[in-house]
Amino acid sequence: MSMGETRTISVTVNGETSTNAVPVRQNLVDFLRNTLGLTGSHVGCEHGVCGACTLEVNGAMVRGCLILAVQADGAEVTTVEGLSDSGRGDDLRQAFTDRNALQCGYCTPGMLAAALEYVEAGGTSDRGSIREHLSGNYCRCTGYQPIVDAVCDVIDGRAKS
Amino acid sequence: MKAAEFRYERPESLVEALGFLADDSLDAAPLAGGQSLMPMMNFRLAEPGMLVDLSALDALKGISEDGGGLRIGAMTRYVDLAGSDLIAERAPLMHMALPHIAHAAVRNRGTIGGSVALADPAAEMPALLLALDARITVQSNTGTKTHAAADFFLGMYDTALAPGELVTEIFVPARAPDRRFGFYELARRRGDYAMAGVALSATQSPNGTFADYRLAFFSVADRALRATAAEVALGGQVPKDAVEAAVAALHDLPFAGDLNAGTSTKQHLSGVVLKRALERV
Repeated sequence: MSMGETRTISVTVNGETSTNAVPVRQNLVDFLRNTLGLTGSHVGCEHGVCGACTLEVNGAMVRGCLILAVQADGAEVTTVEGLSDSGRGDDLRQAFTDRNALQCGYCTPGMLAAALEYVEAGGTSDRGSIREHLSGNYCRCTGYQPIVDAVCDVIDGRAKS
Repeated sequence: MKAAEFRYERPESLVEALGFLADDSLDAAPLAGGQSLMPMMNFRLAEPGMLVDLSALDALKGISEDGGGLRIGAMTRYVDLAGSDLIAERAPLMHMALPHIAHAAVRNRGTIGGSVALADPAAEMPALLLALDARITVQSNTGTKTHAAADFFLGMYDTALAPGELVTEIFVPARAPDRRFGFYELARRRGDYAMAGVALSATQSPNGTFADYRLAFFSVADRALRATAAEVALGGQVPKDAVEAAVAALHDLPFAGDLNAGTSTKQHLSGVVLKRALERV
């Protein structure tokens, strides 16, 4: 991409802080993928509709395509790679596997980020509430039933443990 | 698609931000939550010369009480409105509508001032502000103005904002104890823009009748707008006794179709959402 104006940003991604010059027009998900090589966050529609780029910035899930990399200066970012490294949400990833809640996997990193926010906020296993929270994430393969099943399993499992 | 090139500034003060917006040669656009502007830039529907990122302007964030009413900073995000006890108690209409405004990830970034300034005809917030008789404060580097919501939303993405002006605050007047509220919208997917929706407020009498309605529709015309003929039809009646007359009185609204639905569908759905909102008041 044409560089145009650039800024130097310092951002902590999955616990590691790095400093990079970024074009101000570059969105966060492209910075993560192209500069840091973290290709777990996917790029779908690039206008905030599909949810494939959903990731966590300062503890809140956001659209990675609707926030500029320069806006993440000083922020803590967690991607699906970070969830994998830390073990946070391991039960959620296992439940997705067990429930066959993915086929092509394109939506999965975003689904995991959205589902984890719901689970960690104390969301209940009410299917309607889960669907509402995941409403901003498209899946075009398995459909939503197994995804909701997986989230229910995790909530029930965490309640028991 | 990716956004075209632009300059980027993240001012630390409102004065500095207004200075950028006032300079015609910069072709600057304010960046609030970015949940509408960034898609428009990615589509190259918007190509501002400069983005003035407002996210460092803490003075524009937060909700405070003023004489029973609420002052809401323009940079207050939807997630913070939805979690606010003040909003739940003092502006229950806004509270009941917030879960319908976009998806959770978008509510984590999107701001009330951004929605007001954009004036998307399908957005909930302009209609809510009409139903609440809210006021909108705008500032430029030459001064401050306050508009009634009724005078602010002029058309599709068109408002009373003049060049160089920025929406800084929304004021929601004190709620009378006997004021009642209703909200209903129809969307194909929860969180998507509605195909039609309505926000309403009215005063309940001890005998069960309602009066002084403010009925505000969204996503049915080129802007959020009040349905004054239906308000008259409902006035002084028990809502269920006047529903049919109110629906009939919607016919002269300037309905306009969009990609979701044609004009006649919008008209039909307006009646549906009005009935359902009245059932829930």
